[in-house]
Amino acid sequence: MTTPAAGPQEHRVRARRVIPGFGLGLGYTMLYLSLIVLIPLSATFIRSFDLGAGHFWTVVTTPRVEAALGLSFGAALIAAAINLPFGLLVAWVLARYEFPFKRLIDAVVDLPFALPTAVAGIALSTLYAPKGWFGRWLLPLHIKVAYTPLGIVIALLFIGLPFVVRTLQPVLEELDPEVEEAAATLGASAWQGFARVVLPALWPALLTGFALAFARGVGEYGSVIFIAGNRPMKSEIAPLLIVTKLEQYDYAGATAIAVVMLVISFALMLAINALQNRALSRPGTR
Amino acid sequence: MTGREAARPKHGSAGRRLLIAAALLFLGVFLVMPLLVVFSAALSKGVAAYAAAITDPLALSAVRLTLTVVAIAVPLNVVFGVAAAWTIAKFEFRGKSALLTLIDLPFAVSPVIAGLIFILLFGSSGWFGAFLQAHAIRIVFAVPGIVLATIFVTFPFVARELVPVMQAQGKDAEETALSLGASGWQTFWRITLPDIRWGLLYGVLLCNARAMGEFGAVSVVSGHIRGLTNTMPLHVEILYNEYNIAAAFAVASLLALLALATLAAKSMLEWREPQLGRHALRAPDRTRRGQA
Repeated sequence: MTTPAAGPQEHRVRARRVIPGFGLGLGYTMLYLSLIVLIPLSATFIRSFDLGAGHFWTVVTTPRVEAALGLSFGAALIAAAINLPFGLLVAWVLARYEFPFKRLIDAVVDLPFALPTAVAGIALSTLYAPKGWFGRWLLPLHIKVAYTPLGIVIALLFIGLPFVVRTLQPVLEELDPEVEEAAATLGASAWQGFARVVLPALWPALLTGFALAFARGVGEYGSVIFIAGNRPMKSEIAPLLIVTKLEQYDYAGATAIAVVMLVISFALMLAINALQNRALSRPGTR
Repeated sequence: MTGREAARPKHGSAGRRLLIAAALLFLGVFLVMPLLVVFSAALSKGVAAYAAAITDPLALSAVRLTLTVVAIAVPLNVVFGVAAAWTIAKFEFRGKSALLTLIDLPFAVSPVIAGLIFILLFGSSGWFGAFLQAHAIRIVFAVPGIVLATIFVTFPFVARELVPVMQAQGKDAEETALSLGASGWQTFWRITLPDIRWGLLYGVLLCNARAMGEFGAVSVVSGHIRGLTNTMPLHVEILYNEYNIAAAFAVASLLALLALATLAAKSMLEWREPQLGRHALRAPDRTRRGQA
């Protein structure tokens, strides 16, 4: 699909003749990929066919499953939407300004990638519990975070932030500040310059960062279950319901939920790829 | 960069300070505080209790299991990553971008589902369940299952770091070595590998951090048998659910230290090799176009 149009055939022949290892490399890659990823994943889809379409639909549309799927997707959507402006703020500050300890702060942005999700989960739960450092201040305001859907959003904010920042930051760095300066000399205010010059160039990256954070949030488990409260119909996320069904030996039910999540996640992933390729083919972004 | 900095108009420096303050406040509240609470809670019952929690035999067996799993999963993914990157970067073939997408698949899968797929294959009612039972082989609810689930969730890390590095490297050096009579393996060990070592280290670092900290996938396949199939994150969960909060955070603090060490090493590598990690969240096509 993306092979260069100019003589791929002739290129391939030359490359094969000179550099060895194509057969071995591709063979091993495909073997390992099939054994670890492709066969297990297809097995899951095939197992779900055992259910039959009618039964599959019944499982997926039980109120408890619907509530869990709705919560997982809804909370991930809200968290990604909140992460968008704040991620943009952090990316902007890191890309454009100089300030003390910038390198350290830049490294901190990746903390959610590096910190195990279970550790993040118990830490957030402890922070926002009624007696925690944050919870104790939120309690008089009647804001309950721990053990409510709001807690789920907080956990997904934590998990999703680096996706937004790391997608926006390189684009902002590549964007020439001179264009904004030109806008400024033409009498545009800083905000006008940002809204009319920067934002239009940024939207593919914004959309990609949003989609990445959203996709990660939908499947997130470790950081959420400690703070969520996990009450069926109220604060039970879809991955947790899969675990619950497995513990009850309801493999069919667990598989049905998994298949719904997989289909949506793969669709999201393809959309993200398409988005990025489209952003690349836009002239003048580099 | 500094030249540009100087040339930039000075207006709005108050706004600039406000934006920096807001960004730092946001990062402080949402990222740094959770990290601080880990260490604070870990030491809340004193240093002696902390030491007791991390030298507890069950904690030590969890550490041992986590290290064992990582020692198997990471090298396997490194071999795969190098093979995949070699194939993708050095050759043109049909379906290359489809292959890249397939390699990224595990990142789109919820950790819980990553565990579930191995239960469906190797569990007692799974495809190979009867066969495994007949031969008394345990995969699920045992160490092999934990290793498999860990390999699955860390599958793309090394490959997706190495593909752009090898693409940027081109193939002139290899072609020269080969034309001078070096064998394929000699070329790989003496030319390719030294050239990609920092990218490889970077990928290993990320792969290792995720492998040690994986929770959801491992939790599904582990069976939570104490002293036998409990990794460090699972041990943290059990202690926490037993209201043994200080001990849970003590073990968690070891994982948090690992995360900090990973971030430090990662920053140092990025400082040394600025192109590393810049592509981590983007389609690999971009880097290919970038060097064209």
